[in-house]
Amino acid sequence: MANTQAMTTSFKVDLLNAVHAFNATGIPAHTASTADTFKAALYITTATMNATTTAYSATNEVSGTGYTAGGVVVTFGTAPNSSGTTSFLTPSASITYTTVTLSTSFDAMLLYNTTQSNKSVAVYTFTAQTVAAGTFSLTMPTNDATTGLLRIA
Amino acid sequence: MDESLLEKREGSLDNDNETTTWVEYWLEGELVHRSVHVQLKRAVVSFGETAEF
Repeated sequence: MANTQAMTTSFKVDLLNAVHAFNATGIPAHTASTADTFKAALYITTATMNATTTAYSATNEVSGTGYTAGGVVVTFGTAPNSSGTTSFLTPSASITYTTVTLSTSFDAMLLYNTTQSNKSVAVYTFTAQTVAAGTFSLTMPTNDATTGLLRIA
Repeated sequence: MDESLLEKREGSLDNDNETTTWVEYWLEGELVHRSVHVQLKRAVVSFGETAEF
């Protein structure tokens, strides 16, 4: 037998489940026994959404017929899981904006937590698009350790 | 509307980040419908590491 230094895989799953609290006041945000609500907002190409984005902002968010500021609710029907040493989580349904007109080019989606003061989770980018009286949909990759939308490796 | 007057245009792109398809309908030179479908390929990954001491 030998000891191997590592961050445990179970801890990586726990991070996605907000299990651990390293601060002195315990777990500050979660007293309810329900999942938080997450949403996906779209941003125009001149926005600067990136790893430093801390929360949802309406600045440079898309606007147009049929689009509600803040975006749409994202469904996580499957609990965080792990395979090998990677934890992962993927929305269980496509993110769809139905019957919208978005005339200004957009190329980013912010995933954020509306329950926790709109705190950011991740930014995803794609080729710039516009929509005219149509549907914009983001289909999710397979929920596994290789392609899951959120992964901690 | 006489649907026979609509011109349908379709396109797609595929790269390391996404597979995207779109469909457009044009009426007398004016774009009247455009829908886009993006299949994301690339996840965001955070690498958890432990430090040596």
